[in-house]
Formats: sequence, structure tokens, C-alpha cells
Amino acid sequence: MIDQKLFLKGLLAARRIDSPAIALGASFVAVGALLKNLGFTIQESIFSTLLTYALPGSLVMAESMFIGASLLNIFLAVWLVNARLYPMTVSMMPLVMNKNQPRWKYYLSCHFVAVSSWLILKNNYSNIEKENRIDFWIGIGTATWLIAIFSTVLGYFAADHLNKDMMIGLAIVNPIYFTCAMIGVMKEKSVTIAITLGAVLGPVFYFLSPEWSILFGGVIAGTIAFLVGEKNVS
Amino acid sequence: MSANIFFAILVTSLATYSSRFLGVFTSEKIDENSKIYRWFNCLAYSTLAALISRMLIFPSGDLADANYIIRIVVIAISILIYFLSKRNLVYPTVFSAIIMTLINSYLG
Repeated sequence: MIDQKLFLKGLLAARRIDSPAIALGASFVAVGALLKNLGFTIQESIFSTLLTYALPGSLVMAESMFIGASLLNIFLAVWLVNARLYPMTVSMMPLVMNKNQPRWKYYLSCHFVAVSSWLILKNNYSNIEKENRIDFWIGIGTATWLIAIFSTVLGYFAADHLNKDMMIGLAIVNPIYFTCAMIGVMKEKSVTIAITLGAVLGPVFYFLSPEWSILFGGVIAGTIAFLVGEKNVS
Repeated sequence: MSANIFFAILVTSLATYSSRFLGVFTSEKIDENSKIYRWFNCLAYSTLAALISRMLIFPSGDLADANYIIRIVVIAISILIYFLSKRNLVYPTVFSAIIMTLINSYLG
């Protein structure tokens, strides 16, 4: 059902020295500590990372709960900040899809789409034969997912020993890692424009609408980058 | 498990999974060599970049308590470390947390 060799290969891909696993771990330590401080039990914290597995979404949930937002407000706020997972999924699933594979694998493993797993796949997929690539992806996803859950537990128990400055230190790890990773993937012209313009427009649109800034800024920046890229190709 | 937290977790996971689900649904009709795939690829990178820069410039949570000048200094040092370490991702990541903690406890 699942090609074990490729699954294992994916699982171990998270272990490489330049892997996003370290940043992922550090970030979820911060989430675990944050949830503890919010009054979550250990079960609830594990449950949260297990089911959501997307850091900005968990942060938004924590913040919304802190200010006593309604469930509908939480849903909208999380949806807006995690809507980026839609284009991210579309930009990776066609790489691992194959008509010989059952569809449930795609719908189940899409839960693993998050920046770190996505980056590992994008950096490694070309070496894997297409037919069973989905199993490689499931391996990557399982590894990063387990790291996130384990780190949440670690953060939960470490919360009492972390002072405010350490929490701030942990909080910057995630955006710093992704900033450097984004600089690292700027090899193609359209991707470079997409990243640079997105980084500028995201905060610019924040002044118009904090909630919609990521979507508006991202869609406009991405579309411009695409158009420029296509013009160069043709 | 209190009902409040339980439903908040449930609602958060539903809001998150919906985008992933829709992504697979759309992918079933998209070829990796098509124009629309390339557009989505650009959108993925740009929304991600928009999110990251927003997290750094208008942070939420603990990071919001750090002065913006300190944040800018840490970002700049981390990017410098990234290039000095020949594009290694571990050094800037680890050092960013240490530098941030130290600067904040002595100057913040």
C-alpha cells in the first residue's frame, strides 16, 4: 500500500543538516509554552498541534482566545492566515500525484502541508521516481508532524523554566528561518519577484486591512511575478 | 478538556484543513507543466513571503514585545550569518534565538 523504502527515505529527509526540522522544533516549543500559559492542558496542546499543524494558525488561535473572540471570529482569522496553504498545496500536489495511486493518500497527506515539509519536498522531489513520490511525501510529512507534536510537549513542560526574553528569542526563530530559506530559493526570476514583492506588499496592505493583508499582498505579488515570468519565457 | 478550548481547536483545524483540502481538489485537474501550475507556484511563494514579513514587521504574540529596532538588528545579523556560513540555515536560526534573548535581556 505504501512503498516503505520511499516512506523511510522521506522520513529521514527531515534529518539532514540543513533541514527545516530544527526551526520547526524550536517554533513549536514556543507554541507549547504559549498554550500552557494560556491555560491549555497537555492533552489539549497535543491535540491542537496534531489537528492543526500550522504554526501561524495556532498563534492566531491563541491570540484570539486571549482576547475572548467568538468561534466564528477564530475560524475567519485562522482561515485568512492559513489560506496560503491553498496555493502551497496546489504547487506541490501535482508533483506527487500519479494515476496508479489511491486518492485517499492525497486527501489524508495534505494535512502535512506546512512550510517546512513543503520546502523539504521541493528540494528533494526530483530525485524520486514519480510513481511512488506520494509515499516519499507521506514520509516527510510524518517526520515533520511528529517533530511538531514532540516539540509542543517539550515546550509545554519547559514553559515554567522559560523567561520572557527566552520566549521572545524562540518566537523569532520561525520567521528568521523562513526568511533565510526564502532567500535561498530565489534562483528563478519569477520566484525571486514573487518573494520580494510579497515581502513588501504583505506589510503595505497591513495598513489597509490587517486581516486580509497576506492574501491581498500575496495574490497581487504572485500574479505580477507570474506575468513577468511568462513574458520572459515567450 | 473544557468545551471552549475543545471547540477552538476544532474550528482552527477545520479552517486550516479546508485550504489544504481545496488544494488537493484543485490539483487533481492541474498538470505540473501548465501555466496555471506556474501561477500557483508564484502565489505560494508570494503569500508565504507576505506572511513572513508581516510576522517580522507587525508581529503578534511574544515577538510583539520586542522593540522593532532590536528586531531589525536581529534580522540583519541573521541574514549576514546566513551568507557568511555559505547559506547554511541552521546557524542563523540558532543564533537568532540566542542573539534575540541576549539583546532583549540586556537592552530591552
